Amino acid sequence: MHEEEILGKAYDASLMRRLLFYIRPYRWHVVLGIVLSVAVSGLEAVRPYFTKIAVDVNIAEKDGNGLLVTALAFLGVLLLRGVIQYFNAYLTQWIGQKTIFDLRMQVFEHLQSRSLRFYDKNPIGRLITRVTNDTEVLNEMFSSGIVMVFSDIFTIIGILSLMFTMNWQLALISLSVLPLLFYGTFLFRKKAREAYREVRIQIARINTFMQEHITGMMVDQVFNREKKSFEKFTEINAAHRNANIKSIFYYALFYPGVDLIGAIAVGLIIWYAGVDALEGTITVGTVIAFLQFNEMFWRPIRDLSEKYNIMQTAMASSERIFKLLDDKTAIVDPVHPVPFEQVKGAIEFKNVWFAYNVGLTDAETEWILRDVSFRINAGETAAFVGHTGAGKTTITNLLCRFYDVQKGEILIDGVNIKQIRQQELRKHIAVVLQDVFLFSGDISSNINLGDGTIPREAVEQAARTVGADEFIRQLPGGYDAEVKERGATLSVGQKQLISFARALAYNPQILILDEATSSIDTETEQLIQQAIEKLLRGRTSIVIAHRLSTIQNAGKIIVMHKGEIREIGTHQELLAHGGIYFKLYQLQYKDQEVRLTA
Amino acid sequence: MKPLLRLLPYLAKYKRTLFVGFLTVVGSNIFTVLPPLFIGEAIDLLKEGLEAKSIGGTDLVTYAVGIVVFFLIAGTFTFFTRQTLIVVSRHIEYDLRNDFLSHIQKLSLSFYQNTPTGDLMAHATNDISAVRNCLGPGIMYPTDTILAFTMVIAMMLRIDWELTLLAMIPLPFVSFAVYRLGKVVHKKFEERQKQYGEMTTRAQENLSGIRVVKAYVREEYETGLFRTMSFEYLKKNLVLARVQSIMWPLMFLLVGLSLVITIYFGGLKVIANELSVGGLTKFLIYLTMLIWPMIAFGWVINILQQGAASMDRLAKIFDTKPEVQDAEQTDHTITEIKGAIEFRNVSFTHKGAVRASLSDINLMVPKGATLAVIGYTGAGKSTFVNLIPRLYDATSGDVLIDGRNVKEIPLEVLRRNIGYVPQETFLFSDSLAENISYGTDNGTEEHVRDAAEISQIARDISDFPLGYATMLGERGITLSGGQKQRTSIARAVMRKPKILILDDALSAVDTYTEEEILKRLRRIMKDRTSIIISHRISTVKNADMIVVMDDGKIVERGTHDELVERGGVYAELHQKQLLEQELENL
Ligand SMILES: Nc1ncnc2c1ncn2[C@@H]1O[C@H](COP(=O)(O)OP(=O)(O)OP(=O)(O)O)[C@@H](O)[C@H]1O
Ligand SMILES: Nc1ncnc2c1ncn2[C@@H]1O[C@H](COP(=O)(O)OP(=O)(O)OP(=O)(O)O)[C@@H](O)[C@H]1O
Ligand SMILES: [Mg+2]
Ligand SMILES: [Mg+2]
Repeated sequence: MHEEEILGKAYDASLMRRLLFYIRPYRWHVVLGIVLSVAVSGLEAVRPYFTKIAVDVNIAEKDGNGLLVTALAFLGVLLLRGVIQYFNAYLTQWIGQKTIFDLRMQVFEHLQSRSLRFYDKNPIGRLITRVTNDTEVLNEMFSSGIVMVFSDIFTIIGILSLMFTMNWQLALISLSVLPLLFYGTFLFRKKAREAYREVRIQIARINTFMQEHITGMMVDQVFNREKKSFEKFTEINAAHRNANIKSIFYYALFYPGVDLIGAIAVGLIIWYAGVDALEGTITVGTVIAFLQFNEMFWRPIRDLSEKYNIMQTAMASSERIFKLLDDKTAIVDPVHPVPFEQVKGAIEFKNVWFAYNVGLTDAETEWILRDVSFRINAGETAAFVGHTGAGKTTITNLLCRFYDVQKGEILIDGVNIKQIRQQELRKHIAVVLQDVFLFSGDISSNINLGDGTIPREAVEQAARTVGADEFIRQLPGGYDAEVKERGATLSVGQKQLISFARALAYNPQILILDEATSSIDTETEQLIQQAIEKLLRGRTSIVIAHRLSTIQNAGKIIVMHKGEIREIGTHQELLAHGGIYFKLYQLQYKDQEVRLTA
Repeated sequence: MKPLLRLLPYLAKYKRTLFVGFLTVVGSNIFTVLPPLFIGEAIDLLKEGLEAKSIGGTDLVTYAVGIVVFFLIAGTFTFFTRQTLIVVSRHIEYDLRNDFLSHIQKLSLSFYQNTPTGDLMAHATNDISAVRNCLGPGIMYPTDTILAFTMVIAMMLRIDWELTLLAMIPLPFVSFAVYRLGKVVHKKFEERQKQYGEMTTRAQENLSGIRVVKAYVREEYETGLFRTMSFEYLKKNLVLARVQSIMWPLMFLLVGLSLVITIYFGGLKVIANELSVGGLTKFLIYLTMLIWPMIAFGWVINILQQGAASMDRLAKIFDTKPEVQDAEQTDHTITEIKGAIEFRNVSFTHKGAVRASLSDINLMVPKGATLAVIGYTGAGKSTFVNLIPRLYDATSGDVLIDGRNVKEIPLEVLRRNIGYVPQETFLFSDSLAENISYGTDNGTEEHVRDAAEISQIARDISDFPLGYATMLGERGITLSGGQKQRTSIARAVMRKPKILILDDALSAVDTYTEEEILKRLRRIMKDRTSIIISHRISTVKNADMIVVMDDGKIVERGTHDELVERGGVYAELHQKQLLEQELENL
């Protein structure tokens, strides 16, 4: 939320410099755009000139033919202006779109390289806003904004110079209201800015609320929270409305105000024309032209205050985007990575300490893993057991280097994983995550994740191995059946099977199964175990499970408790040891034992 | 534009303010049209004065002051126009958004399973904005345009009717161009919006699944995919720009044509002494006064079209009938339930599915009993329990509670008495305490602690530096799998429900903790009904009745002992878990 409160100035030099960097590839287009805009303004500014000539020269001299020539010339100018305006409008849009595209891709790629620590902290809704909405706002600035500001300024300059060459006294008179205008605008900006900030905050609140309550609607309904949620929403919604109404007030005051100041200028011109008439320096044509200049002068000024909004929103958005781009929570690859091609899969944790939330001192740090050391030989199957929250998932997170350890080191085949490129490392590891995630799309693309090197046969083979083939074939469309958002129309176990198949399809040297079969019935689970037994030969696997039958084949069982390793050994050894594992084992089987002995 | 008619009830609510607003529009128009009259008179006076060399500044002061005063009055009116019409549009936006939420709150689970979140978000934000956007200007500018038009033209006719007609020639073309272009723009705009939606959805999918993306090194692929979508969006934008860019130049050109005509023919008339220079000036000023309404007209048509398209999309949601809701058969005298559950010949097929997920289920669970459900993946266990809080309604057959059809029990009463732990945990990004007391109105801190103790999350929470005030990430991201599940159990237990449903809710919990939880649940659920789905024999073995499901049917039922005796599916499952132990015993 706090980020939505950022409310830059309408112009911030350092932000602007950074933004201009994105325009650089298109700088010549921008120059062309400005030239065209100036041309348009120039042609716009000479319009009253034609009126003046028509009235003061042609009509005064009763020259009908001259009038026709003037009219035709005017028409020609209008045509030319129209054509240039068209090209310019398209050109500016083109510049804007190109720039935005580059920026948007940069933001997206930047997000792809953030570490999970970043995603722990940043709500996804907010990140999506950065990628789509905030860049979109910049588009307006890049396209109409920059070029139009220049063109408005040039228009104003053009009109001013024409006014001064035509009659400097009248020019000064009509400009005498400017201080009033500047002061008014200054007041307006201050108020409008506050109102805008408030609106922004409320919009962000509405979005967050909506997003969360739409995804969690089922919970809301089952827990009879509809009314309460609705009340909460009404509150936010009302705050949003009120903020907007406040800002309407300022605009309602500002625009008529500007018009009024313009009218004062008109009054002054007419008054002065009368005063000056006797000296005879003023012609009727001049007055008419000035009245038109006045109109034309006021439009860009009005525009500029509108542009002010665009610039302000753009600055705020760009500040948020740059803040994101400046984020450093990434895990960087080593400069001289160790090649990691032929992997055997021996894993070693050496005195690893890890915390998700690091405090300033050692004591303040919430250690999740404390001095964890273990070894898993290449080709071995190791199981992790322990109470919930003991740190099992954390170990797998560290092995994939989703997070970096604070102390100690993790070695694969004797190489510290910090010396390997992350992509290289992860290519050899496939992990079935505890929290299953399916993408919307189809079944087969959820198994191969769009990887063209994994053909359909491999996808089906993987599905067969985990026993998912049967239910997939029964879906309308089979492997091409649609998968809804997060796999909403599949049973939880089915989703887990697909996520399992995904890991197998990638054919890894190291396989991590984090509660991969927790929602799957024992029969299917055992079938899977038999099926992957052959597949796993020669590969290292890590199995995390609470159902002890899942890990019966593990060569090594590692028992964790509150972030520490308490017991390591085979099933037999651990039972004999009579520790935590023995207790867990007894709990799961004691009734059966009783039954057997009875 | 027809969809916009649905807004009438909303407008009716503010008809007074709208009427006042309408009057101010009329007022501001009258006072904007008059000043050029003064200007024209002033010019004439100036011209005469110049020719006669007998004019003093004071003669023109009246005019000058008149102009300013009129603008002041017009401006005051405009101020009130904005304060009424635009403010009303914000009120309507507020009403509309509230109604939207309250409507989608009634829609059922199957709707949410089949509608992407991104779409609903777009409705709640973009579409409602577009509708609002067309309201203020949609009322203000047409009124403005029509009034300004008639008045200006009346004025122009008074000056010179011939010249007026001549100057009007290009105007029909303006409207026609606006209409035609508007249509194309609208179509291209919709295409662009659709692409924007798809691009947003892609970003959402990618970021929600970032853990998978990273684990499988799919960053480059995802970036490529996003680049394609983003580039497509760029192209759609440029197509739109190409059409939109024609709009303004064409407009100016056509209006400019009017000016040219006026200058030439008006000039000839002045030369022929049929018109004064002042008259011509006034005429020119009036003509420029038409530029804005003309442009506004085209613009208004566009935003009205966009508003109509958005309203149409909203209407589709508003017209979606909730599948599950109170109806005539609801008996509002029911305010309590006891908890006896019965399924009678219940079958169920999911929307869009070809196969039935439940077929012909018959089952009775007496009040206070514990039912355990075990069965294969995809057998229909979740579907089965989802019928009890009416997340779905049975396709055929009846679900009864205390002998009454669930459809007769007010939905509110039914759900208030059920504690439901869904198979997939959903937590809100709020504090732990808020999450646990989510389903209760008057939960004290003590209640929260009790619930946390029963679900065995209390000890974990006491380890967190902030305890119950710990803020969770989206969907509870910063908790471990088992911690999430236990928080979800605490939330259900906190309601002291008559019926407790645990849908595989202990799958991420170790056996020790599980046993502790079950022990406590047995105590508090003594007189209440519980339904527990699990894959672990150790979880189900103590239930009063166990049913085994396969392919949407109940294939076995009985107590643990009975089922083991029978030697069917259950016994086999049991055997498989024993197998290991026997091996150990060897
Ligand atoms: N992203 C995170 N940010 C902060 N704390 C976290 C994060 N993920 C996990 N934790 C905390 O770290 C501890 C260990 O979590 P972990 O997920 O490793 O447990 P686990 O052994 O896998 O448990 P379970 O069996 O319940 O899945 C827990 O107390 C949890 O709250
Ligand atoms: N919303 C839906 N639309 C279409 N089909 C569905 C939907 N939800 C579930 N199904 C299908 O209905 C069947 C039963 O699903 P259900 O979720 O009830 O299974 P389950 O027994 O709970 O399985 P699990 O043990 O995996 O949780 C499955 O084949 C599933 O694919
Ligand atoms: Mg875990
Ligand atoms: Mg289920």
